[in-house]
Amino acid sequence: MLKGVEFVKKLDEFASLERSYILVKEFPTSGEYGKSPEERSIEELLRFGVINLDKPPGPTSHEVVAWVKEILGVSKAGHGGTLESPT
Amino acid sequence: MKLIGFLMQSSKEYVTVMQLHGEVALNTLKEVVGLFKGKIYQKPPVRSSVKRALRVREILDIEILEYEYPYVLLRVDCEHGTYVRKLIHDIGDILGVGAHMRELRRIRTGPFKEDSDLIKMQELSEYVYLWRNKGDPSFLMKAVKPGEYIVSHLPKVIVNDVAVSAVTHGADLTVPGISVIHEKIRKGDPVAIFSLKGELVAVGIAQMHTEEVLQTRRGVFAKTQRVVMSRETYPPLWKKHRGAG
Repeated sequence: MLKGVEFVKKLDEFASLERSYILVKEFPTSGEYGKSPEERSIEELLRFGVINLDKPPGPTSHEVVAWVKEILGVSKAGHGGTLESPT
Repeated sequence: MKLIGFLMQSSKEYVTVMQLHGEVALNTLKEVVGLFKGKIYQKPPVRSSVKRALRVREILDIEILEYEYPYVLLRVDCEHGTYVRKLIHDIGDILGVGAHMRELRRIRTGPFKEDSDLIKMQELSEYVYLWRNKGDPSFLMKAVKPGEYIVSHLPKVIVNDVAVSAVTHGADLTVPGISVIHEKIRKGDPVAIFSLKGELVAVGIAQMHTEEVLQTRRGVFAKTQRVVMSRETYPPLWKKHRGAG
């Protein structure tokens, strides 16, 4: 359970946020299923992962997503932001 | 809404070059730019993908980095859906000289900043090569972060294994399943729901403040909006739970 809290705090730190948490109730977690996101294999990361990619000005976001899908060999990918088109 | 939608709805930060159409003093510029901090009205431009109705957007921060007439280098931290081009046009109007946007670069999308973890396309293809052809996935593994980072800016709650399986099957998150909670969650906030191991389970909408959770100890804390974890990951524990009770 400490692992989960540590990881969640790591996410806050990544987002430059300082947050306090309250322990409501302690629970055990089974070792039989689930695992820490930090223990994922590359194949697992490619199924549920995120890349902070520096898109160059030339290609469109759509074209870059198609390129990422192709080189990583994944069927699903999307992007989280497009700037307004230059005029 | 897809998970990426919560990132799109997050605040954005830009650096931009404003070109003035007439000279103004630095003090005047500072004063006028300062007026735009806070809530502003904006009508989406003609060439936009949304309905052209007047709307309110918040400028969280705006700062002049450099001024060398006719160029002003600005840093703008704003709510999603703010048109920076429009903002600059309006600043030009208030200055009385007019202005237009010359250049724009986004330096932050929600938690994702333009810093050391930003990957170039060239680097990504090199990392893929090292993984596929040299059997070394370590570089690619550093470039591809767990999907949990997509919602790293959201308030978070950690729930027990029973709640994980119930939520993945579409149930709302109830108070007894909560193990750890961010102290300042407000009713209506989107909340990222995590397992005790740190896996993202779902994103929900808070139905009560954190203080109420501590007082009531029952009821629905968050309405499940987007389930992320596959329902096969955790066994259907709540069935056993109910049978035993």
